[in-house]
Amino acid sequence: MARKLPRKDVVIIGLGWTGAIMAYELAEAGLDVIAIERGPWRNTATDFPPGYAADELRFRIRHELFLRPGQTTFTFRNKASQTALPIRNWGAFMPPNGVGGGGVHWNAETWRFLPSDFVLKTHLTERYGAGFLPEDMTIQDWAVTYDELEPHYDKFEYLCGTSGQAGNIKGTIMEGGNPFEGPRSRPYPNPPQDQPFSHTLFAKAARDLGYKPFPQPSGNMSRPYQNPLGVRLGPCTYCGFCEWFGCGNYSKASPQTTILPALIRNSNFSARDNSEVTRIDLDSSGKRATGVTFVDTAGDEWEQPADLVVLSAYTIFNVQLLLLSGIGKAYDPSANTGVVGRNFTHQTVSDVVSFFDSAKFIFNPFIASGAIGMCIDEFNGDNFDHAAHGFVGGGYVGQVQTNGRPIETTPVPPGTPLWGAEWKQAVKENYQSATKPGTGVHGSMYSYRDVYVDLDPTYKDRFSRPLVRITMDFHDNEIKQNKFLTDKFAEIFEAMGAKQVHKEYRKAPYDITKYQTTHLCGGAIMGSDPNTSALNRYLQNWDVPNLFVLGASAFPQNAGYNPTGTVAALAYWAADAIRTKYLKNPGQLINA
Amino acid sequence: MRRRTFVISLASWLVSTTSLTRARVIHGSIPWSPFPDSAPEIVRPGPWQFFTLDEARAMEAIVDRIIPPDPETPGGKDAGCAVFIDRQLRGPYGSNQGLYRLGPFGKGTKEQGAQSELTHAELYRKALAALDGHCKSTQGGKSFAELGASEQDDMLRKIESGEIKFETVDAQGFFSALLKDVPEGFFSDPIHGGNRDMVGWKMIGFPGIRYDYRDWVHRHNERYPYPPVSIAGRADWTPKSRA
Ligand SMILES: Cc1cc2nc3c(=O)[nH]c(=O)nc-3n(C[C@H](O)[C@H](O)[C@H](O)COP(=O)(O)OP(=O)(O)OC[C@H]3O[C@@H](n4cnc5c(N)ncnc54)[C@H](O)[C@@H]3O)c2cc1C
Ligand code: SF4
Repeated sequence: MARKLPRKDVVIIGLGWTGAIMAYELAEAGLDVIAIERGPWRNTATDFPPGYAADELRFRIRHELFLRPGQTTFTFRNKASQTALPIRNWGAFMPPNGVGGGGVHWNAETWRFLPSDFVLKTHLTERYGAGFLPEDMTIQDWAVTYDELEPHYDKFEYLCGTSGQAGNIKGTIMEGGNPFEGPRSRPYPNPPQDQPFSHTLFAKAARDLGYKPFPQPSGNMSRPYQNPLGVRLGPCTYCGFCEWFGCGNYSKASPQTTILPALIRNSNFSARDNSEVTRIDLDSSGKRATGVTFVDTAGDEWEQPADLVVLSAYTIFNVQLLLLSGIGKAYDPSANTGVVGRNFTHQTVSDVVSFFDSAKFIFNPFIASGAIGMCIDEFNGDNFDHAAHGFVGGGYVGQVQTNGRPIETTPVPPGTPLWGAEWKQAVKENYQSATKPGTGVHGSMYSYRDVYVDLDPTYKDRFSRPLVRITMDFHDNEIKQNKFLTDKFAEIFEAMGAKQVHKEYRKAPYDITKYQTTHLCGGAIMGSDPNTSALNRYLQNWDVPNLFVLGASAFPQNAGYNPTGTVAALAYWAADAIRTKYLKNPGQLINA
Repeated sequence: MRRRTFVISLASWLVSTTSLTRARVIHGSIPWSPFPDSAPEIVRPGPWQFFTLDEARAMEAIVDRIIPPDPETPGGKDAGCAVFIDRQLRGPYGSNQGLYRLGPFGKGTKEQGAQSELTHAELYRKALAALDGHCKSTQGGKSFAELGASEQDDMLRKIESGEIKFETVDAQGFFSALLKDVPEGFFSDPIHGGNRDMVGWKMIGFPGIRYDYRDWVHRHNERYPYPPVSIAGRADWTPKSRA
């Protein structure tokens, strides 16, 4: 029997980026808020001090900051005709665990989506005709526009102290920024970070080819910064141990370094760590959430009643909790009915590894930060005419080389043996003069009828709950898109003077063992029609109006950018709707 | 406050009923413990912890073929790669701690990832026994360590290509594990037992955990001049004991 805790106004499931944003906004509004987090509290001073945070084996290879698959994992198959098998160790993506969520060990590449991304279906149909889209593609408009989100993007960038060069301020194109971005109300709070050698060479070659390169917007501080909540961040030291690692310098924007120190001072906020929510509780009507049930590390079960439930457990765990709590109709791809699990997407990333003359180029690849890089955006979204190419979607490409950590980043030319004297010699010769961007081609993945998540019939987690089953494959559209982008990207390295350029295309079938990004999207998407979306435009659940679901699970399809800028903007947007609309009149904000 | 070891801190995220990590209610101020909770354990030289003497001999021979010595840089053996793997197999990596280990174990496609029931420790144990058996029966009673370098290379190449198979265990799977684990031992921080004297880092010019390159980020195409630093510091920082 679950022990019952005193009622709260709000219970938040998961204290990552979105949970922290929502907790702060609602605590500020005077509500009594509790956050329940599956993993431990994580603290810069004690959990990743500079003295030992830079341990590649421990954090990058052995995934110390991540969820253990033994706690919970997923099953995977390419097609519904196959039997899904469990992901026994992480591969294509790596779910976070603990206070701060993915914000602890992300790179802090902080993008906004394009205005056309939010009206994707309408935009593409108007430009190319409905017949141009593949038949089984299920893309949708977002039900919120770029202009509506702009103030919330801005708020997140100022919270984080994002370093970057604006490309478009209120419609005026700015030199050195991204000319394709939507209009922003003001510049980034901090100037761009300094760029290492290979990154500047890339920018020069791109400029010579007629592109407009710009520094990737980065949540690694280019200078000391105090954010609007009064929290201070220090300058990034370009340590090169950023993605997969916590920043010991307080230089990377994370919930720890931007929100939590301010949030925790609110007397009406508290958190429970090491406690996993197993279910959202509903009343007998099934139309109202009464709170959540969770299990702590002693195995004790607790019930936390609350008037408002915020589900912010990360894309796929959001979907899992909806399915396990029986909220909304599960998606059925054969009948094409149901909304939970529908329009699940990931990413189409690939890379180009280039080898330069070691007598002429010394790149010092270890001098880098999590989001450092020079990018071009000519081939993202619908920034170029797709008519001749036979696919939709795109991505940014860039020399975004974030590290020279030697287990991960010791590239050797293709054809080199994998071991022995020749391999050793090649490692030595190329370390300083090769470029290996992390995700050099960062492409979109659009949604399809046969790509979805549901509950696995066979495999269970440690609580004997069914694992979530992923059914996913790349479609021709994504493969064509990736080939096009990878080829364009490689041309720039050729123009830089590389003696050998190796293209690593993303190929079908989708492979769960090859890391891409932890940018899972969809499964509980937002929209204007409850028959094809789980949430309305305020991220409010259509079936249970006192439940809001935050995170990239709301994206109807993925775009060609990293998600967190948009995830955070949506969280502020939803928080604003709760504060200004819902609290006055708690009920459905949109009548369907 | 007792410092927990790396092993225990790994175990502590395994949220289980016996967990050392207790759920807490956090309120008013950020929880903070005066000493780091999870400082790494530093591997010390000493006897083998996982391998038997025979296994260790075979492993030292193998790691020296995967990363052979050359005039400038020691090979896998002198860099401590076998010691590294020994300590890893003895620890959470060896027992596949934290990985998903429930059945049923289907075969699956390559895209679905490894589905083996064996732990890493079991894989090494079985594969080293099978290798030894194979050598003894085909090489006139000699063990792998007793073969000449080119015979060893030849045998490893045949395992890699699938030409040599073991009855008891997936020989190619073992070889893939070696191709991951040996370079990890060569390039990971010396605190884990490999990369002795930072030889792997010196070979390529990686400065280790120096952590602050603000004065170097704009010095383009210049070789970074400072020698590497490990989590445990540098040998020349440690006071020599007086004879
Ligand atoms: C290695 C890595 C690099 C990345 N780099 C970038 C980048 O450069 N740019 C970018 O835009 N994005 C990046 N991301 C993605 C980014 O981390 C996520 O978009 C972001 O963290 C999502 O925020 P969230 O609040 O939705 O989820 P999270 O930050 O994941 O937070 C969810 C929290 O909920 C907790 N939780 C889950 N289930 C439960 C449960 N049942 N009960 C209680 N708690 C639960 C989790 O432990 C977690 O702390 C990266 C991700 C990773 C892993
Ligand atoms: S690269 Fe910069 S922001 Fe990232 S961990 Fe290092 S110091 Fe921190």
